Amino acid sequence: MSIRSFGQPIKRNEDGRLLQGKALFVDDVELPRMLHAAFVRSPYAHARIRGIDTQAAKKRPGVVAIYTATDLGAYWRPGFLLVPPPPIAGITFNERTQVPLVKDKVRHAGEPVAVVIAEDRYIAEDAVAEVVVDYEELPAVVDLEQARDARSGFVHDDLKTNVAAHVRQIKGDYAKAVAGAACVIKRRFLYDRGSSLPIETRGVVAHWDAKADRMTIWDTTQAPVFLRNGLAAMLGLSERQVRVIAPFIGGGFGPKIMMFYPEEVILPWAARKLARPIKWIEDRFEHFFATTHERGQLHDAEIALTTDGRILGVKDVFLHDTGAYDPYGLTVPINSQCTLLGPYHIPNYDSTFTALFTNKPIVTPYRGAGRQHGVFVIERLLDIAARELKLDRAEIRRRNFIPPDDFPYNNQIIYQDFTALTYDSGNYGPILDKALKAIGYAGFRDEQARQRAKGKHLGLGIVAYVEGTGIGPYEGAKVQVQASGKVSVATGIGTQGQGHYTSFAQIVADQVGAKVTDIEVVTGDTDQFYWGAGTFASRGAVVAGNAVNEAAKVVRQKILRTAAEHFECAEADLVIEDGKVTVNGVPGKSVALGVLANVANPMRGAVKPGTEPGLEATSYFGPEMGATAAGVHAMIVEVDPETLMVEIKDYVVVHDCGTVINPLILAGQIHGGVAQGIGNAFYEQLVFDGQGQLRNASLADYLIPTALDVPRMTLDHTVTPSPLNPLGIKGAGEAGAIPVGPLFAQAVEDALGLPDKGIELNEIPLSPSRLWELAGSADNITASQQARVR
Amino acid sequence: MSHKVSVTVNGTTHERQVEARLLLSDFLRHDLGLTGTHVGCEHGVCGACTILLDGLPVRSCLMLAAQTNGRAVTTIEGLSTDGKLSPLQEAFRDTHALQCGYCTPGMLTTMTAFLAETPNPSEDEIREALSGNLCRCTGYQNIVDAVKLASQRMAR
Amino acid sequence: MKPAPFRYVPAASLEEALALKAEHGDEAKFLAGGQSLIPAMNFRMAQPAILIDINPLTALSYVRQDGNAIRVGALTRYRTLQRDAAIAGKLPLMAEALPEVAHPAIRNRGTLGGNLSHADPASELPAVVSALGGTLHTRSKKGTRRIAAQDFFTAALTTALTADELLTEIELPVLPPRSGTSFLEVARRRGDYAMMGVACAVTLNASGACAEARLAYCNAGETAMLAPKAAAALKGQRIDDKTARAAAERAKAEINPFGNVHASADYQRHLAGVLTRRALLVAAERAGA
Repeated sequence: MSIRSFGQPIKRNEDGRLLQGKALFVDDVELPRMLHAAFVRSPYAHARIRGIDTQAAKKRPGVVAIYTATDLGAYWRPGFLLVPPPPIAGITFNERTQVPLVKDKVRHAGEPVAVVIAEDRYIAEDAVAEVVVDYEELPAVVDLEQARDARSGFVHDDLKTNVAAHVRQIKGDYAKAVAGAACVIKRRFLYDRGSSLPIETRGVVAHWDAKADRMTIWDTTQAPVFLRNGLAAMLGLSERQVRVIAPFIGGGFGPKIMMFYPEEVILPWAARKLARPIKWIEDRFEHFFATTHERGQLHDAEIALTTDGRILGVKDVFLHDTGAYDPYGLTVPINSQCTLLGPYHIPNYDSTFTALFTNKPIVTPYRGAGRQHGVFVIERLLDIAARELKLDRAEIRRRNFIPPDDFPYNNQIIYQDFTALTYDSGNYGPILDKALKAIGYAGFRDEQARQRAKGKHLGLGIVAYVEGTGIGPYEGAKVQVQASGKVSVATGIGTQGQGHYTSFAQIVADQVGAKVTDIEVVTGDTDQFYWGAGTFASRGAVVAGNAVNEAAKVVRQKILRTAAEHFECAEADLVIEDGKVTVNGVPGKSVALGVLANVANPMRGAVKPGTEPGLEATSYFGPEMGATAAGVHAMIVEVDPETLMVEIKDYVVVHDCGTVINPLILAGQIHGGVAQGIGNAFYEQLVFDGQGQLRNASLADYLIPTALDVPRMTLDHTVTPSPLNPLGIKGAGEAGAIPVGPLFAQAVEDALGLPDKGIELNEIPLSPSRLWELAGSADNITASQQARVR
Repeated sequence: MSHKVSVTVNGTTHERQVEARLLLSDFLRHDLGLTGTHVGCEHGVCGACTILLDGLPVRSCLMLAAQTNGRAVTTIEGLSTDGKLSPLQEAFRDTHALQCGYCTPGMLTTMTAFLAETPNPSEDEIREALSGNLCRCTGYQNIVDAVKLASQRMAR
Repeated sequence: MKPAPFRYVPAASLEEALALKAEHGDEAKFLAGGQSLIPAMNFRMAQPAILIDINPLTALSYVRQDGNAIRVGALTRYRTLQRDAAIAGKLPLMAEALPEVAHPAIRNRGTLGGNLSHADPASELPAVVSALGGTLHTRSKKGTRRIAAQDFFTAALTTALTADELLTEIELPVLPPRSGTSFLEVARRRGDYAMMGVACAVTLNASGACAEARLAYCNAGETAMLAPKAAAALKGQRIDDKTARAAAERAKAEINPFGNVHASADYQRHLAGVLTRRALLVAAERAGA
């Protein structure tokens, strides 16, 4: 084989189109006679609908139709439960899924009440303003703790409770751990809501072709295959009659895996009814309500330790805000519950959560998907423990790392993929060592003192985490050598910028001996590949990547067999490289892959029994469980003690995601994750008032970090391959975002010497204003720092 | 009431009747079919829809198509010639400065104008110039590197 | 997020623009840079029936020195102001504030007159113009008016402009010798509206003590808030850490920040104190103290 492309920093195949404005995104789809949809959305978070008057709006020129829940007839039904609750003993789960249009009661601001279909979006919005809805506003259930109180009212009246779920998972015996502990620390931690906010909002175009008897849907989904299957069932069509295309997607980050969003349900139905294509593009204001959110948990946690800082046990009781509905089951809180255990040996664990319905937009996974909440809790507990026990914060982590020879390590509780939470492989000490060295940990205290003498307040943070990635069920791929010599690869997952067009091509290139640029990857088109689950849980490269590899291996065998017959030689004598097969040591004896593809698909003669035409193979891969990636992040901040503005001076990520396909793409994933983590830690917060109104639904007030807020990062890696898949890959999509909250809190505390004043930062997001409130008064900080310097 | 506009886009002059309220972003995308310009917020913050108006970056979501009569507009489709990438586009590819590619059109137009005015920028200047364009995928580091790389190549 | 229908009239002349405005009053809006108005229209928070586009009136774009004043045409864009030698040389306070206004693509369109007429109390330029004691010149069919900056801004997003009036020129006095200025703000991100900002101008007497000080704030109340008592108390005093701290405490009591999703009112007030102290010291140093 020639130089392997696997593992190389290869430039992306998809960039040429994207850089010239030639890539197709959903809003770029233009069809003849296309109509445009806009939704009438509730201004109230909790309200009964007494009536809807569409008469005036219907009269507006250019309006084609207006539908309410009544018009949907039997098509109206609550959405599917996407992820059923895991098999955990004693679990409570109340399924209440979103509805296409509100019939009786609005449960969050922005919930759709009616849809206007018009000749263009401008007219549709004019008509939306003319639809008169008679609402009876009800008190909103907003605060998590209040949601538990029956006097606050119920989001779903028939339940007579706001409890969506109650889950307890236990490992060992926490009471015993406490009995033997030298130190028990108990704290409350808050992690507030944020939005994934891809720069491309969601969108759907539905086109019913009556003559072909087929429905084509372009959708910004991360899971086109599931979407096709569900829509076919809802529409009473066969799956073969429905084609879902997820073209280029402008960022996903989780909420684009959610389905079936009301708009996805209504557009195909209306397109069929009106016999015209319809487009809906979510506008940015809608996005803040109509696309799902994440985060929003309140933890009461405690940790029991020995005098030398070894963890004996952890107990956590937390509330999880699931929003108005729970279509995604328990994925987010289960991830929080499991990921809290981190890279540490925690022999006793007692974790209970209560998921609560509130009158706020729905919560489903967003990059990290609950993992950061768990990491925040354990990392903050360890910081506090280190102070109490007078231990170095890096050392307390190191002492509790699971030793490298204890893998696979079974944590004995159930993970989001319904299997026991088992870490496949890992070696955490070297990751910490590299991070400490890169951030300059050993010399930092001296540097901090030197800078403080100059009036500068520097602080350092260092945290560790694990991430369960690459879960099942499965993905598949079809690899096919074409007569042109190019190789086509099709898979069912969607892609939102992760570079699948390139990383999958790299995997195939090494097997079939073609150039990466000659390998054309198709993702997200259900007509190209029938089966699949979707892009989520850092699983694209792991699960689809291995399926691609398996299919490519079979194609390689077919190439060798066909070429051996062609040259009448032994397969062992053949070499595949540079798009051709040559006979080793025989100059001139060479055949191009494209020619072999024709040989394998003859115009005359018969394909022999037991063989198939063409150089093509389809394979599937389903890991028995998720692969566990790990990492350590470290950073140095400078805080202005008067304004409480924070500047990140240095940022280090050391990460282990097993075998790396493309280091360029991997670095991009880490950079982007850290940027979102920084947003989550210090900039982004969805601020609701007491009536469930979102107070900052614009990009002017919901603050995404800019190029001036995200620092240059230093990345390093260790490689502990996963034994769970032939390529040894672990997922990397979410790792950057997961540990930034506790890192920020630790570093800012350190910079301002807050622990010495008895102040802890046990909530995320922080902000300058919130820091000022928590710290009491900046003047005190300054005074205490000056005292220390003297 | 519609308005007649004669606007030159990427060197081609278009004469069209436009409704008063038609945003320039929608005009470019849906009337002229130049869908390379992306719309991310329609309130001027994200920067994805940034185009060059007579050579200067402006938000196409904050202008009316009717206002472009007699003006020259450059969109992402006008940055490369006959499929040959500009040095900036080439540098974006070389440094992996795009992931989903949705913010990229605004990044490219903004930075094209920036490099024309600031041929040898520092990292701080690049970050400052980028700060009006939001990217949710890359963490900006590779975009900063791409702009720097392009400036070095263009100086040669 | 598409604007509601409206009639669009590109102004052929100032007279036509004023005649239309006089005819339609509050139903009509002038369109200058559009960087605040069009977002508001896209959100349908603003729904003018008529949009009078004054961008064709290029005669309203200029920066001229006129004796001891700089006269700026209302249609002058931020970009032009940032590159103007007279602004940089004679109005360093404005030059220092301009880079804080949004981002280059916005500054390529936004105009000084549009900004001031919009009268967002969180914006930088109302504070700058107020600190400099600027005079705003308006025109209507009925004639012209001169309005002092402190009388121009009457409430949040509200000015003394009548329904038929257009702001045409901003006259800004050049400070006397031995003057120094400083503009400081704290914003969540570069280009955002400040959580708190201060525009400070100081003139020293021959002995180096404060002869005159002016302090104006962004995001500190209904309008660009002034702190006249804090400024007056500095007169005759040498500006040092102690007097600057005392002025900062006085200023904190004079402003009235509301608090918002980014900053509590208490934090805003605290920031005003920090920034006042820092800005006074910088301005005094620049004045030659």
